[in-house]
Amino acid sequence: MSTDTILSFEEAMEKYDPVLGFEVHVELNTKTKMFSSAPNVFGDEPNTNVNEVDLGMPGVLPVVNKTAIESSIKIGLALNCKIAETCRFARKQYFYPDTPKNFQTSQYDEPIAYDGYLDVELEDGTVFRVEIERAHMEEDAGKLTHMGGATGRIQGADFSLVDYNRAGVPLVEIVTKPIEGAGSRAPELAKAYVAAVREIVKNLGVSDAKMERGNVRCDANVSLRPHGRERFGIRSETKNVNSLRAVEHAVRYEIQRHAAVLDSGEPVIQETRHWHEDTRTTTSGRAKSDADDYRYFPEPDLVPMVASREWVEELRATLPEPPAERRKRLKADWGYSDLEFRDVVNAGVLDEIEETIAAGASASVARKWWMGEIVGRAKAADVDPGQLGVQPATIVELAQMVEAGKINNKMAAQVLDGVLAGEGTPAEIVEKRGLAVVSDDGPLLEAIDAALAAQPDVADKIRGGKVQAIGAIVGGVMKATRGQADAGRVRELILEKLGVTAQ
Amino acid sequence: MTEQNTTAAGLIRLSAAALAEKLRAGEVTAVEATQAHLDRIATVDGGERGVNAFLHVNAEEALAVAAEVDAIRAAGGAEAEALHYLAGVPIAVKDLIVTVGQPTTAGSKILEGWHSPYDATVVERLRAAKMPILGKTNLDEFAMGSSTEHSAYGPTRNPWDLDRIPGGSGGGSAAAVAAFEAPLALGTDTGGSIRQPGAVTGTVGVKPTYGSVSRYGAIAMASSLDQIGPVTRTVLDSALLHQVIGGHDPRDSTSLPEPLADLVAAAKTGNVEGLRIGIIKELHGEGYQAGVENRFNESLELLKEAGAEIVEVSCPNFQYALGAYYLIMPSEASSNLAKFDGVRYGLRVLPEEGPMTIERVMGATRAAGFGDEVKRRIILGTYALSAGYYDAYYGSAQKVRTLVQRDFDAAFAKADVLISPTAPTTAFRLGEKLDDPLAMYLNDVATIPANLAGVPGLSLPGGLADEDGLPVGIQLLAPAREDARLYRVGAVLEALLEEKWGGPLLAQAPELATSGTLETQEAK
Repeated sequence: MSTDTILSFEEAMEKYDPVLGFEVHVELNTKTKMFSSAPNVFGDEPNTNVNEVDLGMPGVLPVVNKTAIESSIKIGLALNCKIAETCRFARKQYFYPDTPKNFQTSQYDEPIAYDGYLDVELEDGTVFRVEIERAHMEEDAGKLTHMGGATGRIQGADFSLVDYNRAGVPLVEIVTKPIEGAGSRAPELAKAYVAAVREIVKNLGVSDAKMERGNVRCDANVSLRPHGRERFGIRSETKNVNSLRAVEHAVRYEIQRHAAVLDSGEPVIQETRHWHEDTRTTTSGRAKSDADDYRYFPEPDLVPMVASREWVEELRATLPEPPAERRKRLKADWGYSDLEFRDVVNAGVLDEIEETIAAGASASVARKWWMGEIVGRAKAADVDPGQLGVQPATIVELAQMVEAGKINNKMAAQVLDGVLAGEGTPAEIVEKRGLAVVSDDGPLLEAIDAALAAQPDVADKIRGGKVQAIGAIVGGVMKATRGQADAGRVRELILEKLGVTAQ
Repeated sequence: MTEQNTTAAGLIRLSAAALAEKLRAGEVTAVEATQAHLDRIATVDGGERGVNAFLHVNAEEALAVAAEVDAIRAAGGAEAEALHYLAGVPIAVKDLIVTVGQPTTAGSKILEGWHSPYDATVVERLRAAKMPILGKTNLDEFAMGSSTEHSAYGPTRNPWDLDRIPGGSGGGSAAAVAAFEAPLALGTDTGGSIRQPGAVTGTVGVKPTYGSVSRYGAIAMASSLDQIGPVTRTVLDSALLHQVIGGHDPRDSTSLPEPLADLVAAAKTGNVEGLRIGIIKELHGEGYQAGVENRFNESLELLKEAGAEIVEVSCPNFQYALGAYYLIMPSEASSNLAKFDGVRYGLRVLPEEGPMTIERVMGATRAAGFGDEVKRRIILGTYALSAGYYDAYYGSAQKVRTLVQRDFDAAFAKADVLISPTAPTTAFRLGEKLDDPLAMYLNDVATIPANLAGVPGLSLPGGLADEDGLPVGIQLLAPAREDARLYRVGAVLEALLEEKWGGPLLAQAPELATSGTLETQEAK
């Protein structure tokens, strides 16, 4: 594997202006495949989710999955696209064993959705509009595994295995127009764009949107041109960059590599590139020219699809609120600071907090519980916070108990552990574990006397008017009562005992 | 001849409808009828001078299905009542249509020995009707040809003259029916592959309206043109079979949602009074054999006498139809046949030397597995779809297709049914046109427009040409979904002609000598 020369990113940016373009493939989570009734399931034994259609047996015919069309229209609408009134599939022809028919049934010049845009928010809140050229439907290919070679690529392999479970899985390919003007934020924009697409399809419920499973796959196109020049440079297409971090790194690397090539006076070669996560570099793939001839022609086994305006409007009415708008609304409603809200988003508990508030908790209580208690427990258990199974009603009940002075926060945390351990409802656990704030003043007064005796200097300070010193005594009492005392009542009793008026 | 042989000889000459009546009346069993046909196949199909209509004979299963029908009939009751009218009537299936339990070759070496894991929709429907499937019939490789000489398994011979072609691509189905090896057969028609063999063998063949019979399980040549249809000895039999195989199929996206009108009732209408029958100016006269032209005119006279109004229509764009067809068909075929690559099923040939890459294995397999005509059309289609040529070839051909449809629209505004000779000539000699593809292609000049427009067409025997004594076909064409008109007019014309001949045309066909043995058949 030869190593390419690269410039530093800063130097590349000084000399050149990057232009990006993305092709994001989204696997739809329909029950069955794009053109057959075989199940669309990830991770099963190879070649089990296939029937005669997926295997391209002689005589078979495709039938379009209606749900896949609906999902595609929803994606188109969420990307602010126009939806074609009629559109067709075509055959993209090439001989390769991952496509059992030796052609891929794909939309070509008649995409179902076209001319849209997506407003992408960068980390500092800057909004960058990415123009969408089209979103079209196609079928996924089978998965080839090359055996015996050192690289896992077909070159040098002894033989190859093919799994057709993925063949025919419905895909929507979202293609951007050339993205200009991102400048040095190009890598960040790349990551944010793919993240935004992933979030949209997840929010629509049309894809599982797991990049690690290949539900969302990104091909990143990069070209450079000297500052001030309008004409685009020659692009490279880095295929299958399959994590958000990798998208950012791949774009950054390609910018640095292109800059070095241009600096050397050599032309950039139009080609596909392979991304290597281990070295964070790309290597040359297949030379690609615009003259690649796939002999496209309209798929004669399918009739044109007609999306009536009524149907499109019906689907539009079912669309969930766009994620960016929803975030804006929730942040305002809840009154969180920028930092608080970003932490909530990054912790992935937006939905959970929303549900907890809906169940009756205040915004601050909901945030305190999820961010203060549950996120940490989820991290320890190595699961998503939502997967711990904490019900909004549980949090509401706990918060009410604390507010009513029945238990304090420390006890409430213990009760939560009990709930997670399956010991019952919060009320049952309080009962079972004997957790109740001590409200009988007798034992409290004893503990207060002991605490005052233990820290006579503090007692003097309080008598002298330094009421803020009371914390040390309260702490001593709480410790002595193993946290079961009502801290507020303890404070009152101490002041009473010392003859100091509460301020 | 023994008494039993006489009975068997009579059985095989019955129309499907007549046989169905005898089965229902209990005069004959389905096993007897099926066995009679299997015996006939054993007698005339194999050997050097055999008809060679069958690539595979399915004796065991056919007899089992027949025995099941007999048992149900013998038991009586609701199940017997529910039996399909054609239950127990045997049928042959073109080997382009996939069948579980029998090999399907498409007439090609590339699929030799391949067994389909699923049944074609039409085969499911035959099974549902409990029609014993006698076997799979010969064809030009992947249905590409007009003579069945392009079969990888040797040509089929025309029962009227064993040195002549039976038409193609469905020569096997037509010859099987003409030689009384089967009362019924299924064919596929992309440019005339049912109708032209029907014409040259003196049988009836129907290409239904595109979408009225499911294509699921018919190995595709040209998806937008292919259609499965009946091959029979009478018009009524075609109507009966068409109703068995027709109707919506959710597995075929091009399948029509609405059923056609009652075709059997149409075949029994019995009059053509007041119907306007249009002669297509461009589809007779110059280029048509004199004997063909004579028989055609004779049919026109008979229809006129029966009260039909004969009008002339012009379809000027039909002159471009053959050219457009030979761009669209190979374009689609080049794509449809891409799947035959040795990777998943069928023949796999390894390159004799050099690196064993996937491209080279695919190349070696396709080089060895496909015959010359298939390769010719794949090359033609690949070229026509190539970047830079697409608009000039495929694109222009699609425009012609639209013009042909408009010609039909205009013609059907003036006539209820159109009429022409089915083929310009009678059966030519084996080998006569094998080295001249263009001459071979011209045989389909009258049948191709119907495929381009998706309209239904029926060919029925119009008599024997004066100069060679060979069958001439008369083609009827109707607007899309109006297949019933073909059966109405066809049955009337058939009755008038048979009255003139004093019986079916096939009664005039020469007796076939015993050509093979049962052993050679089973070896198939």
